[in-house]
Amino acid sequence: MPNLSDLKNRIASVKSTRKITKAMQMVASAKLRRAQDAAQAGRPYAERFNAVMAGLAASVGASEGGPKLLTGTGADQTQLLVVMTAERGLCGGFNSNIVKLARMAAKQLLAEGKTVKILTVGKKGRESLKREFGTLLVDHVDLSDVKRVGYDHASAIAQNVLHRFDAGEFDVAKIFYSEFGSVVNQIPTELQVIPAKFEAATDEGTVYDYEPSEEGILADLLPRSVATQIFTALLENAASEQGARMSAMDNATRNAGEMIDKLTIQYNRSRQAKITNELIEIISGAEAL
Amino acid sequence: MADSLNFDLVSPERSLASFEATSVQIPGSEGDMTAMAHHEPVLTTLRPGILSVSAASGVSEYVVTGGFAEVTAQGVTVIAERAMAKADVTQEDMDGIVSGAAEAVERASEDAQEAARKMQSDVAALASALGLNAA
Repeated sequence: MPNLSDLKNRIASVKSTRKITKAMQMVASAKLRRAQDAAQAGRPYAERFNAVMAGLAASVGASEGGPKLLTGTGADQTQLLVVMTAERGLCGGFNSNIVKLARMAAKQLLAEGKTVKILTVGKKGRESLKREFGTLLVDHVDLSDVKRVGYDHASAIAQNVLHRFDAGEFDVAKIFYSEFGSVVNQIPTELQVIPAKFEAATDEGTVYDYEPSEEGILADLLPRSVATQIFTALLENAASEQGARMSAMDNATRNAGEMIDKLTIQYNRSRQAKITNELIEIISGAEAL
Repeated sequence: MADSLNFDLVSPERSLASFEATSVQIPGSEGDMTAMAHHEPVLTTLRPGILSVSAASGVSEYVVTGGFAEVTAQGVTVIAERAMAKADVTQEDMDGIVSGAAEAVERASEDAQEAARKMQSDVAALASALGLNAA
């Protein structure tokens, strides 16, 4: 049986752990609200953008010789996987779920004899992919000193990706991120961004005049569309991360509470046992006289 | 009383403005255009410039750097990559935009060179219109 002072120390240490996890949970829930607001505020832009793109792509994309970003290079030999994770841990299965999805995709592509290149955004994804696919990592984008993701960050990542595409480094690009379902539900998602895929346009029947030409607009907007998709993914990721951290820390706080209760009972019992023991010794000592 | 149209200004980070306007002057990439109610549907890309919206309550002006505008009979939606109220633009913001344009020129491939240079001169014109330095 552990002695009393050991138990006391143990209880004190679990209590301070509980304080930390509780604080992290509260910070995460405040950040989650902000991240959710940001994701919500970004939605109208993405929705309208995609609606216009879908319309344009439907009318231009069908023709031969459309922009490569839309029609692809005609091959799918080299694939770029953009894996977006968090910069920090302690957020439950958030990072590992995204990495797991990316790893499965990479393995499958490799098994099919394709060339895989991986670009990581966020430290955690890089750390866990480095062991297995160290030679496939082509670049890493560090967002560790970014407090709030802005469109500029997404735009920089998109530039990086588009630059590689122009240089002919890959044929297909996919992004991996986590979609925010709810606080307890984040869905790891895979999305192909190059060549671009748009949901079939709902036919509104509006015929636009285009200025400059339809093709000109499409060429101008396709790179922005990549940035928009990456931005949406970053926002979803930020909200998911905080949601995952909040529920993970909530669990941790609860576990710490249970542990403290258990240890306290054990502490009380051993203290009582000690007292009883001492009493017996005193009484039997007195009787012997 | 002239008819009014719905004006929406949306940037990636948030929706900046949404109100009834009487006319909207758009800095299109092929030249400025002014849209009023019942305008023919047009889709145009934007150049860096000043977006000027007249409403019953007065004129509001915004600085936009790129994106596109969708004009329909019901209203105007401006989807801008970066947008802010004209009064809020500081020299610092302008510096960022100018250096971004300069970088784009450097990075652009041969074919895109001309477009990037045009963008740069648009940015310079925008800066002088705002009375800021374009250095």
